[in-house]
Amino acid sequence: MLYREAGDFKTSYREDGQTFPIRLDRWGYYAILVVAFGIIPFVINDYWASAVLVPFLIYAIAALGLNILTGYGGQVSLGTGGFMAVGAYAVYKLMTAFPDVSIVIHILLAGGITAFVGMLFGLPSLRIKGFYLAVATLAAQFFLVWLFNKVPWFYNYSASGQINAPERTVLGWAVTGPATSASAKYMICLCFAFVLAWVARNLTRGTLGRKWMAIRDMDIAAEIIGVNPLTAKLSAFAISSFFVGIAGALLFSVYLGAAEVGEAFGINKSFLVLFMIIIGGLGSIFGSFAGAAFMVLLPVMLKNLLVGTMGWPTDLAAHIELMIVGTLIVFFLIVEPHGLARLWALTKEKLRLWPFPH
Amino acid sequence: MDQLIYAAEVFLNGLMTGVMYALVALGFVLIFKASGVFNYAQGVLALFAALTLVGIQQGQVPFAHLINAVLGTHIESFGWTVPAFLAVLLTALVMILLAFLIEKLVLQHLVGQEPIILFMATIGLAYFLEGLGDVMWGADIKRLDVGLPQGISDSIETVTDQWFGYGFFIDRLDIWATAIAALLVAALVAFSQFTKQGRAMRAVADDHQAALSVGISLRFIWVMVWSIAGFVALVAGIMWGTKSGVQFSLSLIALKALPVLMLGGFTSIPGAIVGGLIIGVGEKLFEFLIGPMIGGATENWFAYVLALIFLVFRPQGLFGERIIERV
Repeated sequence: MLYREAGDFKTSYREDGQTFPIRLDRWGYYAILVVAFGIIPFVINDYWASAVLVPFLIYAIAALGLNILTGYGGQVSLGTGGFMAVGAYAVYKLMTAFPDVSIVIHILLAGGITAFVGMLFGLPSLRIKGFYLAVATLAAQFFLVWLFNKVPWFYNYSASGQINAPERTVLGWAVTGPATSASAKYMICLCFAFVLAWVARNLTRGTLGRKWMAIRDMDIAAEIIGVNPLTAKLSAFAISSFFVGIAGALLFSVYLGAAEVGEAFGINKSFLVLFMIIIGGLGSIFGSFAGAAFMVLLPVMLKNLLVGTMGWPTDLAAHIELMIVGTLIVFFLIVEPHGLARLWALTKEKLRLWPFPH
Repeated sequence: MDQLIYAAEVFLNGLMTGVMYALVALGFVLIFKASGVFNYAQGVLALFAALTLVGIQQGQVPFAHLINAVLGTHIESFGWTVPAFLAVLLTALVMILLAFLIEKLVLQHLVGQEPIILFMATIGLAYFLEGLGDVMWGADIKRLDVGLPQGISDSIETVTDQWFGYGFFIDRLDIWATAIAALLVAALVAFSQFTKQGRAMRAVADDHQAALSVGISLRFIWVMVWSIAGFVALVAGIMWGTKSGVQFSLSLIALKALPVLMLGGFTSIPGAIVGGLIIGVGEKLFEFLIGPMIGGATENWFAYVLALIFLVFRPQGLFGERIIERV
């Protein structure tokens, strides 16, 4: 009975256009924010931070980025891993070259650099689309990984070819390096995820987002009604890569601490993020978070179940996990091609009518 | 002069590699033409076929690892070995069964969905098959030997030695692969041109609805096409598996087939072959000539970048049908 818009009167356009038009939704959103910012940082421990929450937030940012490009802009990209690598190596170079500047600025700059690289690899999208473009973005993936592997300047000529995050602080709290506390890691990722989700939400319902969606639905038609495909496609690539770059920077500096490009940012990363947005829902901000949560939690739960409870060998569990992930993807595509976000929306529709559906 | 002869050798080896790429690309083109599905799982099909072949040949018990983990037993193999020819036949049967299951469980439910959804479904399928292959037959690297000759071809070495004073190193396996691939292509072309089923397949490729309306069963055609693709995957799996062992990286050659397809055009069988040859030769020559200057290992990305640059000038590929769009 609570979940109704009845009695919730709007007196201005501003109120009418808000993200959560139903009061209970709004409260729920604020409640989640209060828990995320006010409670979790004080109770979080190392296991939860490193196994679940930090990767969830980082992948949510990456999924947001890819969703902007694929879900809203309609340009399929398989180069996410490569762009994350750009973010990671950019932040590494910046951190080591300018140790006195705050890491927050470095991460943002890394996002900017990735945006530029993304635009560069987005240029072919003006000529080709669909599968052809998806394969073209593979070029970005393989070329970038190769580049970071082969040019020693990128990893400061270190003997191992790895990059290691030096210790940096934000407001006196260490956020990178081995001494970082779980809550500090969590907080910096949460702040980035919160702000970026807010930005993404407002971009996608504004002029830019509508242009992207027009291009996605049919680019020739969009061009005829006056959407410039050049700016629309390239801006989608740039903003998407900005998000992905920040995710890559956070993944390397806060979460991993040390990274080797082929291992941390290989083609599997690209597919992982792609699955997140398929399972979560293409063209949905909530879907990005839901998909990221699903894909981060699933392996952890399966591992706990198969290895922990049933005592199976780890490698067997890993293979079963592959099978389950594959099955789930096919299952989702058959049952609900629009992902978890659509399921959630359907649930909400049902809830609004409940208990009198007719 | 020496450089030139080396380059010629590299060129020849590139051609042979190109044939291997073309073999994988062929499977893609077949399915894409007949069902409009861009089958990402083609490489994993090859891996799965090769794993199954080795497993059957060596008499492994399927799911041995899983059974042992659940029941606490220690079974490994039936204790017999199956002759290569019979094993290939059995594997082909497994691939047909797989094609049937894929049609029944996946494709049938996705009729009428957008191509990109179908593409992603095949990615899911690829994951599933990869896991299934490992669970069924174990994840360790296996040697595949169905009796194909391997090692340096002595006759070519001696002949070229007489001509140029330098013996070319060419693997006999590559020569065999080339011959088999050529046979396979000829057989496929003959099949699609001269048999009833082949004509039906081309009709489906042309227009699903029109094909349905003249009484062609879409489902049968799809099962058939996936079976053929499975068979091509088996051949590719045998070749690559003999060459470099049956292991996960086998499925990555599928990714290599993508630029081949882009270059040749998604819908053209000759395109797949020419594209494969161009990519094979191109990446070997590039690695040979430019590679040392920029740090080597350029084979990882050269094909993609070449395809990328090429596409900017000719989006439909070399032999693809011209893309016409209407609002």
